[in-house]
Amino acid sequence: MDVNQVSVLVVAEHDNSSVSVDTLRALKAALDLKATDGISVLVAGHQCHSVVEQIQRLEGIKQVLVADDELYQHPLAESLSLLIAREGKAFTHLIAAATTFGKNVMPRVAALLNVGQLSDIVAIESPDVVVRPVYAGNALARVRSDDSVKVMTVRSSAFDALQVASGELAEEHTITIEPDPGLAEFVNVQKTESARPELPAARVVVSGGRGLGSKESFALVEQLADKLGGAIGASRAAVDAGFVSNDLQVGQTGKIVAPELYIAVGISGAIQHLAGMKDSKVIVAINSDPDAPIFQVADYGLVGDLFEIMPALIESV
Amino acid sequence: MKVLVAIKRVIDPYVKIRVKSDGSGVETNNVKMAMNPFCEIAVEEAVRLKEAGIADEVTVVSIGDSSCQEQLRAALALGADRALHIDVAQAPQPLTAAKLLQAVMSQESHGLVLLGKQSIDTDNNQVAQMLSALTGLALGTFASQVKVEGDTALVTREVDGGLETVKLSLPAIISTDLRLNEPRYASLPNIMKAKRKPLEVMTADDLGITVSSSQQVLEVMTPPARQAGIMVDSVAELVDKLKNEAKVL
Repeated sequence: MDVNQVSVLVVAEHDNSSVSVDTLRALKAALDLKATDGISVLVAGHQCHSVVEQIQRLEGIKQVLVADDELYQHPLAESLSLLIAREGKAFTHLIAAATTFGKNVMPRVAALLNVGQLSDIVAIESPDVVVRPVYAGNALARVRSDDSVKVMTVRSSAFDALQVASGELAEEHTITIEPDPGLAEFVNVQKTESARPELPAARVVVSGGRGLGSKESFALVEQLADKLGGAIGASRAAVDAGFVSNDLQVGQTGKIVAPELYIAVGISGAIQHLAGMKDSKVIVAINSDPDAPIFQVADYGLVGDLFEIMPALIESV
Repeated sequence: MKVLVAIKRVIDPYVKIRVKSDGSGVETNNVKMAMNPFCEIAVEEAVRLKEAGIADEVTVVSIGDSSCQEQLRAALALGADRALHIDVAQAPQPLTAAKLLQAVMSQESHGLVLLGKQSIDTDNNQVAQMLSALTGLALGTFASQVKVEGDTALVTREVDGGLETVKLSLPAIISTDLRLNEPRYASLPNIMKAKRKPLEVMTADDLGITVSSSQQVLEVMTPPARQAGIMVDSVAELVDKLKNEAKVL
């Protein structure tokens, strides 16, 4: 292979009907690699043709590799990683979004290929140098990979979503499945139902913390989010106290978001929480404690009783 | 069955880290160190499995210089039976760590291997997944519940958008999420007893693994600081600023 050749395979995450916004953002990052002849995308799923069609229309995509089988109805790392590693070894770069899907499967792919992985990258400087946050985002590391295949997961809050192109459709190729290693089986999934936008895609995020005091009071956060057409988030304290489900946690170990507007209500601003939101464009903090660390990153801070402030704010936006 | 738990020594999660001025890394001299919080959860789960009569023996293993024996002793004080220190000059990259753990696993059979989902220093979230690939074993990442039933484990995983349950054939590799359990504190008598529990030291050579790095950190930087914000006095002023100054409403 030509040493300057760059060929990119992106692993798509989807629910068998549409492609995830995180994947659209990872695809945008993949464009930064300036692949010699366009990006390839791998879609493994079951009856997922609408996903393939969506991806075919996107800017810069050369081909879509499709493995459509009941085996891939629910993505399990054990079987999926075999397929991705088999197809992936022909490429110089393998990319997925740094979601729970990508984090679960990609390191397994990397080890099958006997290479390292670059996790949660926020910038691509060259085909072998990337930037990634470490220590809960309190430091940024520029890392060079000398691996023959570079496996990466992409932090979606750092990239915009890839747009639909006006040009021709990408080619579709059917690929064979890899036999099920029979190590794991899917049992069930409990989805958190919500009519609000997904956290990583939301323009506005309103998050609540321990200061709300109860699950009932969390409704104040929901009302403000709904008024602004935003998503709701939470600190770990709010999740542990049972105010909301844990998939709404924003922070080092939860979701990383970078919306245009982030409103933190009753959140002190621990290092682990800041790791998940400090790249937001505008941060508003509402807290009764004037010394809360959240005010050090907030563009606009308001000290006071959130039970007085929130109703007034909901009223006036 | 035997349970193996991998733990890592990291900078204490409550310490505000400082990037060295020469860009070579993060200051670790005279900084408080601790067991990675996710590893504490893994140790706790293993000890609970032992208390439930499911695990017969819990071994903790750590890879690093001799200072990580402090964290191994801490794990012994929490209820682990024996410890294994793999002596390497500095913490290796995830693939090498996984290879070292695979070599440990090849010496005796474990029904379950527990790891934290990520270490809070490098934030990689890779070792458990890589270990499952190398050993060809089932993988349950981001576990918030683990139920061992005969030769399978039901693992509830924290995934984006909810919770997913998978059934894994044992032996299996499981990585722990924050909500799996609430780790206990070590009591003083247990800390004293831990000093007498066996702690074996091995090198990478003993395990037949070459420590190599395929990634080089070129520079560690401080992220751009946010401009200082302003405090507003009223809801009306806040809404006005958001509308007219920040233009986000």
